[in-house]
Amino acid sequence: MLQTDVRKKLRDFDLEVSLSVDDGEILLLVGDNGCGKTTVLNLIAGLMDPDAGLIHQSGRALFDSDLNVNVPPEARNIGYVFQNYALFPHMSVYDNVAFGLKARKIPASEVDFMVKDRLEAAGLWEIRKARASSISGGQKQRVALARALIIEPEVLLLDEPLSALDVRKQDAVRRELRETIHQCRVPSIIVTHDLRNVACIGDRASLLEMGRITLSGPAEDAMDWGRGALAEDSARSQFY
Amino acid sequence: MATDQAKIGYDRGLKCRDRDVDAGDLFSRAKMAGLKAGLGALLILAMAFIALPVASLFLKSPLDAIIRSLHDPMVTDALRLSLMTSTLTTATVVAMGTPIAYVHARFQYPGKELADSLLDLPVIMPPAVAGIALLMAFGRMGFLGHYLNALGFSIAFTTMAVIFAQVFVSSPFYIRQARTSFEDVDLSLENAARTLGASRTYTFFHVTIPLALNGLISGAIMAFARSLGEFGATIMFAGNLQGRTQTMPLAIYTAMQGDLDVSLCLALILVIISFLVIVLVKLLTRQVYKNAPN
Repeated sequence: MLQTDVRKKLRDFDLEVSLSVDDGEILLLVGDNGCGKTTVLNLIAGLMDPDAGLIHQSGRALFDSDLNVNVPPEARNIGYVFQNYALFPHMSVYDNVAFGLKARKIPASEVDFMVKDRLEAAGLWEIRKARASSISGGQKQRVALARALIIEPEVLLLDEPLSALDVRKQDAVRRELRETIHQCRVPSIIVTHDLRNVACIGDRASLLEMGRITLSGPAEDAMDWGRGALAEDSARSQFY
Repeated sequence: MATDQAKIGYDRGLKCRDRDVDAGDLFSRAKMAGLKAGLGALLILAMAFIALPVASLFLKSPLDAIIRSLHDPMVTDALRLSLMTSTLTTATVVAMGTPIAYVHARFQYPGKELADSLLDLPVIMPPAVAGIALLMAFGRMGFLGHYLNALGFSIAFTTMAVIFAQVFVSSPFYIRQARTSFEDVDLSLENAARTLGASRTYTFFHVTIPLALNGLISGAIMAFARSLGEFGATIMFAGNLQGRTQTMPLAIYTAMQGDLDVSLCLALILVIISFLVIVLVKLLTRQVYKNAPN
């Protein structure tokens, strides 16, 4: 289980987020642009430091201001799919997926076996030699996911995973994404500004406004948030 | 009737306006043609101003005398010393400038603006001033040189002084280019590498450096070229001793007072190297755009 209770002073507001995600559960973190969604992911991944609080994964402290613990990002074993996918443009698809294993000094033969297995499962083996910068948006999304999953992460973070995709391809990718994430059985957080895009993927949803979680509930109920008490609140209803 | 008159008046008005438009159009076309001709003439003049002296170097150099001068000890000594010191200078500038450029591209620290201005200072400082400043710092009676001399180290008027002078004047060329190249590397790529288990060092060598490489090489070439052409700081701080501190620009200056052919020979070699440097930088800069992420 991932437990997060962090505080960080940002330029426009103070971020105060407390959330927990069970193993195998997918939490949708919904909110407008600039409300602090990506910051929450960066804090969990260790790319930014909270001012105070704790981040625990399965009882292991990744960050704890009381215990003075701050594990660097490379030692957190968190799979992170960035919004722009952040594929290394100077490397091939194969080298992108192999990067995390090579950084861990895993023997070359083992790397080869694992990468081949992962690329074949993701339907990317045919384009393994292509430059990451020259493949389509859908392929980039699959490469980014394969690269994040091959390190067998303990937590999976996805920042707007469908936003860079063609609308026509989103439906197929959505189903594939849900299936792949559920197979990992790790706590997963998907950040989105458009709930319609990912509502069917998640198990639970939380609404983030100005750095605070204002609503939480099952993902299937989240679509009704906008139709109920919040229907007149234009700032909120825009997510649905 | 009134309507017809109004129509005629309207048609005349239109014609007048058409004529006005035509006249205005012609005037603006003539103005544009004049502007183009003026700019063309200016460009030709600028090109001639640069090309004429360079071409004259080739045209006024007797080929047999130039070939004979290639074996002159003054030429070979200067060529060897210049290539050796410029290579060592470039290696020093790259080794010391790369971490500095990376820190300045990625991190904030108190006094960064001041440090930045100080690093750029040698670009605008007259080379002779740089030379005398180095002499005041590292000369036998200089601020630090005084102590170094007491310990048995003498820098001024040695080959080491040539390298000091070249590092002083050429380092900003590399650091500025390297900083820009590092700034151009998307931070999310470095972050992605870290989350995948790569340490800062592994990320730096496997993600940042490869993506900034063409820019770093361009900067190193510019620093090499600046070192090769360095004159003022070198003559002030290192002197003009053949085989020890007399680099190619200093040898050209010395030979001018005796054998013009030697001077021309050295000048031609420097022109050829400079031209090759420009071609290399252009090729690499083009490659940077090719490799840039989408």
